[in-house]
Amino acid sequence: MIHYNKFTLANGLRVIVHEDHTTPMAVVNVMYDVGARDEDASKTGFAHLFEHLMFGGSINIPEYDEPLQMAGGENNAFTTSDLTNYYIQLPAENIETAFWLESDRMLSLAFSEKSLDVQRKVVSEEFKEHYINKPYGDVWHKMRDLAYAVHPYKWMTIGKELSHIENARLEDVKAFFFKYYVPSNAILVVGGHVTTAQVKMLAEKWFGDIPSGQRTQRNLPVEPPQTAAHKLEVKANVPLDALYKCYHMPGRTAKEYYATDLISDIMGGGASSRLNQVLVKEKKLFSNIDCYHFGTLDAGLLTIEGKLVKGVKMKDAEKAIQEEIDKIQQTIIPERELQKVKNRVESMLAFEDMGLLNRANNLAFYELIGDAAMMNEEFSHYEAVTSEEMHREAQHLFDEKNSNTIYYYAG
Amino acid sequence: MINRKIAPEIKDATAFDITLKPYEKVTLDNGIPVYIIKSDEQDTLQLELVFPGGSWYETENLVASATNFLMKNGSSKHSALEINENIDYYGAYLNRSSHHEYATYTLHCLTKHFEALVPVLQEVIQDPSFPEEELAIFRQNMKQRLAVNLQKCDFVANRHIDKYLFGEFHPYGRVSSMDAYDALQAPILQAFYKQHYTYNNCKIFVAGNLPANLIQLLNKAFGQEKWNGDASIIRPDMPVLAAEEKKFRIFNDENGVQGAVRVARPFPNRYHPDFPKMLVLNTILGGYFGSRLMSNIREEKGYTYGIHSQLYNFRQTSAINIQTEAGRDVCEATIEEIYKELRTLQQEIVPEEELHLVRNFMIGSILGDLDGAFEVIQRWKNLILNGLDENYFYNNIKVIKTITAEELQELAKEYFTPEDFYELVVI
Repeated sequence: MIHYNKFTLANGLRVIVHEDHTTPMAVVNVMYDVGARDEDASKTGFAHLFEHLMFGGSINIPEYDEPLQMAGGENNAFTTSDLTNYYIQLPAENIETAFWLESDRMLSLAFSEKSLDVQRKVVSEEFKEHYINKPYGDVWHKMRDLAYAVHPYKWMTIGKELSHIENARLEDVKAFFFKYYVPSNAILVVGGHVTTAQVKMLAEKWFGDIPSGQRTQRNLPVEPPQTAAHKLEVKANVPLDALYKCYHMPGRTAKEYYATDLISDIMGGGASSRLNQVLVKEKKLFSNIDCYHFGTLDAGLLTIEGKLVKGVKMKDAEKAIQEEIDKIQQTIIPERELQKVKNRVESMLAFEDMGLLNRANNLAFYELIGDAAMMNEEFSHYEAVTSEEMHREAQHLFDEKNSNTIYYYAG
Repeated sequence: MINRKIAPEIKDATAFDITLKPYEKVTLDNGIPVYIIKSDEQDTLQLELVFPGGSWYETENLVASATNFLMKNGSSKHSALEINENIDYYGAYLNRSSHHEYATYTLHCLTKHFEALVPVLQEVIQDPSFPEEELAIFRQNMKQRLAVNLQKCDFVANRHIDKYLFGEFHPYGRVSSMDAYDALQAPILQAFYKQHYTYNNCKIFVAGNLPANLIQLLNKAFGQEKWNGDASIIRPDMPVLAAEEKKFRIFNDENGVQGAVRVARPFPNRYHPDFPKMLVLNTILGGYFGSRLMSNIREEKGYTYGIHSQLYNFRQTSAINIQTEAGRDVCEATIEEIYKELRTLQQEIVPEEELHLVRNFMIGSILGDLDGAFEVIQRWKNLILNGLDENYFYNNIKVIKTITAEELQELAKEYFTPEDFYELVVI
């Protein structure tokens, strides 16, 4: 049970306080309701590039990192398809430094041409490091494009192509900032060795006078149901053949999400999961195989991916995966196996909640998708899932027409 | 209106009183020491068994890591699947790891399931059977993984730089190979296991919310017998044969768009008085986001997504290693800039403001790292396994708080001469 207090400033900034007096530290987490899905199709990678620019100095503070390090603090940020999150950890005595820094960059950035110029290069190197210069690094670009017809999940957070990042202009940066980086579009979570009264005072003092702005109004294209299987063959300079299968699945807030999540665990969670046991250990067709999803807010993709044992034919590998899919569609999951994946979720949630930073981040996330209180109800949704429900979900989830397959051949 | 141009007051690093929470020590009936940090805030616990079973002790390449990995894959009573089923059923994680010196098994679980998991843990530690079939799968899958990794410039660079620093026959410089995987044999693993995973070489570290009958359970499973007998482990230092050549360029992928850059030199181990001082100098150079290398090569020039320098924590001898992945056409320029930063630290004194910032950053970072029982036991483990105590920890903090800019410059003069460094680019 995670305890917290919640209030909203007059400008619409939602504030959550999670007191934990067992630590000498404090964390300040600011989540903005904007991600790569909000980008223009011709200017992709922008939400993430923007995250880099948030460290390039703000209107009253030329350097973001230096004063924080001087206060004994550390920080980082991440961008996903759905949201952008900034977090700071520092000794609780110095918490006001975090308020000063975060509020100033919410008020306004410095918008320096030099910072944009450098960060364009840095992000280009990040793009190369993770998606070009790594074997199989391009597969998610191809898969998203294959699986989505209209929804902006069609491109990756890093961007569709390098040129989009290279072409970013300062006026785009400004427009993006004033549209999304406003109090009414943000959630502030403060955790650790702090009191609610103290946070209230500091939030009013530093964030209270920032103009409210508009909450993000989304009108994203809804991905229509897929009516025929998509397949793509790729040949690349990699040592092993690999197989990727993606199935459209419900979004994070759908009721069916929990059953689907448990299905992914039955298939690929842990060494005793079905795909690992049957395809790696018994049939020896794959050297590794995983089943996972990203928990995206809009309808996402459940993925099965594996590398084939040298000499194994692609069609035999695919057939063996299909047999496991047939099995989960045709046979009810045994009670003990269902209990196993529920126990795994319970444990995973408990370990996730151990870190103060994780708790703060999760509180912001649940508030973003509806209400911070949902964090404490999460496990009960998993507990309530029945074998029948999973059986039902497996039917349309693993429908062949709902599938997207990439055959990645070593060339 | 508040004046946003003025930073709020801060409490300075030197004012923070950092204490390392002491451990409790219990000895099992057969003499195994159990080091304990209790914390009742969560419903979770962590238990780690440590053995001197690292690559230092192997006579054939990869035997230590293969032994460590395969202990979990089958016992005389249960198959790998049955063991994994049992661990997964309770939502637990049983992770193994094997480094240069030590090999470990670490259990993470909800406290309420600990009792049910102890027999599984006991079986994995005391009764592994090393089935031929599991070894065959391991060999094949690890070779496949190696084939993929060998296409990555950073992986290849890491292997080479350690070879230059320590020599390919030293445990710190030895690397995996297809041939070494092929040569692995079950009886050799079994023998290595019997010799190194013995009761008298076992240490247990446990932290978190502990069941009241913890010691009773541990005594029953691990404290009664002299399992695997007494074995004395001798650990002589091994000769380091560093490369004579200093500059290396390797083409691994003709279409590579980035190069992995490594610039490294040997450095004394943690028992040397310069070691804690170098932790500070290394932080200034490349140990945090505001470091000289990051500020210049990422934030000023945009050559890379990130550049870091690290101090190896190896036991016999250490090294300073600067590493980055940079754009293919700016790798050489990156090396030039690295040398420029090394020379600047030799020639110019670190400004007081910067040193003050680094002190505060490092102390804040230690304070954050010590947050939680799992983190505290980790610190203690590192001290205990290296034959050290809390005085070492407190001395490091004292050095951070008191080292002078002059001392740092002396250190840079001794260790930051560019000609002493190995340099490598793998494209």
